Amino acid sequence: MKYELVSGFETHVELATATKIFCGCTTAFGGSPNTHCCPVCTGQPGALPVLNRRVVEFGIRAGLALNCKINTVTHLDRKNYCYPDLPKAYQISQYDKPLCEHGWVELESGKRIGITRIHIEEDAGKLVHERGVTYIDYNRGGVPLIEIVSEPDISSPEEAREYVEKLQLIMRYIGVSDCKMQEGSMRCDVNISLRVHGSDELGTRTEIKNMNSLSFIERAMEYEYSRQAEILDAGKKVEQCTMRFDEHTGETYVMRTKEDAQDYRYFPEPDILTVVIPESKVKAISDSLPELPLAKLRRYITELGVNEHNARLMYRYAKVCRFFEEAIAEGASAKHCSNLITGAVFSALATEEDKEQFSVSLSSKEFAKLVRLIDDGKINFTLAQMTLSRMLADGGNVDDYLTAADLAGVDEGELERLCAEAVANNPRAVADFKAGKEKAISALYGYIKRATQGKADIKKADEIIKKLIN
Amino acid sequence: MKGLLTRLSAMLRSGETSSYELTKKYIAEIEKSNPSLNAYVHLTFERALKDAETADKMLKNGVGGALTGIPYALKDNICTDGLLTTCCSRILCDFKPYYNAAVVEKLNSVGAVLLGKTNMDEFAMGSTSETSCYGAPLNPRNLSYVTGGSSGGSAAAVAANIAPYALGSDTGGSIRQPAAFCGVVGFKPTYGAVSRYGLIAYGSSLDQIGPITHTVSDAALVYDAIRGADVRDMTSAATDAAPTVLDPEVKGIKIALADEFFEGLDGEMKALIEGVVKKYEAYGAEVSSVSIPSLKTALPVYYIIACAEASSNLGRYDGIRYGFRAADYSDVDDMVVRTRTQGFGKEVQKRIMLGTYVLSSGYFDAYYKKACLLREKLKGEMDKVFEKFDLLIAPTAPVTAFKRGYSGGNAIETYHSDVCTVPVNIAGLPAISIPCGKTKTGLPVGMQIIGDRFADSAVLSAAYFCEAESVCGEEIYEGDVRL
Repeated sequence: MKYELVSGFETHVELATATKIFCGCTTAFGGSPNTHCCPVCTGQPGALPVLNRRVVEFGIRAGLALNCKINTVTHLDRKNYCYPDLPKAYQISQYDKPLCEHGWVELESGKRIGITRIHIEEDAGKLVHERGVTYIDYNRGGVPLIEIVSEPDISSPEEAREYVEKLQLIMRYIGVSDCKMQEGSMRCDVNISLRVHGSDELGTRTEIKNMNSLSFIERAMEYEYSRQAEILDAGKKVEQCTMRFDEHTGETYVMRTKEDAQDYRYFPEPDILTVVIPESKVKAISDSLPELPLAKLRRYITELGVNEHNARLMYRYAKVCRFFEEAIAEGASAKHCSNLITGAVFSALATEEDKEQFSVSLSSKEFAKLVRLIDDGKINFTLAQMTLSRMLADGGNVDDYLTAADLAGVDEGELERLCAEAVANNPRAVADFKAGKEKAISALYGYIKRATQGKADIKKADEIIKKLIN
Repeated sequence: MKGLLTRLSAMLRSGETSSYELTKKYIAEIEKSNPSLNAYVHLTFERALKDAETADKMLKNGVGGALTGIPYALKDNICTDGLLTTCCSRILCDFKPYYNAAVVEKLNSVGAVLLGKTNMDEFAMGSTSETSCYGAPLNPRNLSYVTGGSSGGSAAAVAANIAPYALGSDTGGSIRQPAAFCGVVGFKPTYGAVSRYGLIAYGSSLDQIGPITHTVSDAALVYDAIRGADVRDMTSAATDAAPTVLDPEVKGIKIALADEFFEGLDGEMKALIEGVVKKYEAYGAEVSSVSIPSLKTALPVYYIIACAEASSNLGRYDGIRYGFRAADYSDVDDMVVRTRTQGFGKEVQKRIMLGTYVLSSGYFDAYYKKACLLREKLKGEMDKVFEKFDLLIAPTAPVTAFKRGYSGGNAIETYHSDVCTVPVNIAGLPAISIPCGKTKTGLPVGMQIIGDRFADSAVLSAAYFCEAESVCGEEIYEGDVRL
């Protein structure tokens, strides 16, 4: 490919505070139209905004998690524009002094995507079109947002996806947002330009507004890449403009050109005092940050010895990780814990949402107890998995399902007898094994498992069987 | 203490009259003189009589405060739950808020009785109250003259004694200048001393609510009832918990006269103010002359900042959610344009355009940003003055009331009448205007006492000196008790 893709993202993330940024109304998603409203968030004459302290704290939290410098003296600004979903005709945002600046997000390759700035602002309401009539719902108006602006460091749709996924994970980990793209709590504006490989100059960019799905982002970027490449190949110039992506046609189209660019007439918001954040506050927030996703993934694999597949399945869900870490703190092995979690536990949690919420009737303590039984060779993995499924279904404890007999295992004499029986009854498998087909021996394990309802220690059985065969 | 409110309160407490009776008297007076004065634009008599009955119960139970049961008038840009609040603009002609302003809540809680909403310049933009969509109020001192503005209706209602007191708002002199023109007392507290919650914004960094009263002691009583921090207004601040103590002792206080305030001032007005200053000296105050060079930039700084903020504050009046909406339109954009074109008066449109211009990219640095820098400079110079001095004394306005209809064709001269009041708003200071005499034509002249931020009680005390020692002759008119 002749051209290099150069892309920067502006990502809006709705903060998970209980109340709105400038009033006490709930931020809950949905609700009957205009029921989560008050004079402040509907811009009634005379109403004044009062900055929600939690919004600043969440903003700082996000900034620190993205390696930003925090501006401890900052202010809010008015961004003036006229649209029916914006009841004051200005959005209270931040212009020349954002809360956070100069950070980065690390991709798995080790590449860093620079974060230019993060600022706090209010969301607008929503227009609802029904049968030729337009209604306005201000429930979303005043919901707090952070806007995360990246450097133009993203050079492929795949990197874009990873960048957004990493942002999503980090925000969820630190508890500032659920980042649900389908509900609009995370939305991206994608800036794209092209340049000939090796060039340092940036080309003219276009901006695709309001993308709310990862696959749309990838498709839109691919489409926009070829559109711009075609223009450049023809020796023409790309025109700077704002675009939308049509998800049905898979094409981008121009919303407005540079000529109609709005003049937002930013100026400092006089109703809100300068925000002064004590260094001690920043430190306290920094100290309270959890281990971040990429560090956790790497630790699971290298320090805990979890296989990469399982580690990747688990690290996406903060609550799953907490459960896992609690269990190993109880002395259970990381290997068996991760196998059971990604096996029986995940089978009980069908959707992404279920895994995210992780509401299971199982304590990490009981879970650890079960895993320790495998670790100690008291039961085998199969029995553990069966028991775990029952515990998840009925909410019982380990002791409710495993009898003393189960825990006693199969005595040595009995196991030897069963092994001999298995060898005698499976001549073909034995012959195959002897011929070098290592896997053939699993038929004999199956026989033992069935005969003992999974209670037999397969490791021991393996030793006995191999002795018998050889 | 000399004060109408003190006397009314004593009479209500002693049972000499009731709030209900008193309210009825005021209603009768309003019905008699308001049709010609046009001081009130919305009358709330039915509610007033009900509130008076409630107040009488409070009085009977010995609860409430100094203002319990006493009627008052409210400028029409202060929100009243369920009652018209129009800013005297066509664009809000039918607007009834569903919430009370913080000051209204405070007055309600002590059983104050609202008589009605007073006339004003549209959105408080003006110096004569003639930009009101209801027509101008008349100056009770001389009906051929304007009341001043923008709180002209409030000043006229007090001057005509059809309100024991009134609240106004002051962005660049809108309490003090009409008080001066109508010969009453007008007090603009320190920015932040009174909550702005529910005050419909003009210039948010300058707006402040304050009382218009007959006497300084009345002003202090009303100020005490409305001041204090409010969680709904981040720019509000805690004030002294204790009531304001008026101390007429001026011995040893340091008063500064800034030359810039007196430059080109009419000789007659200058003499009246100097006469009062001499009294201060005679009673032991130290008076010196100072220079505050940035005062010369105050007027343009004010008009740039106030208009910039106004252009943003008034963006919300688009006919979508409340207020006036144009009758015919082709689409949403057209509706907004027509609504604003028909709903706003000429002066408001002028200031919105001016404010939009000074914030536009390419002009922002030359106008708005520069104005902000000059604002800081003026604040710095004021701070310096108050390091050495307790108070500044100045004229309230360089002129007396204009003839009715004069300012329409003399916009610049009208803007210039704010020259002595705007520096106070730019620096967020407290200032009071008290009557200090009349010109030969019989028009009242106001004198301004300015203090450091949150030195409101020092300002009130210094003004109270004039009242207590009658240094202004009969000019501080106490107002008759209406019985």
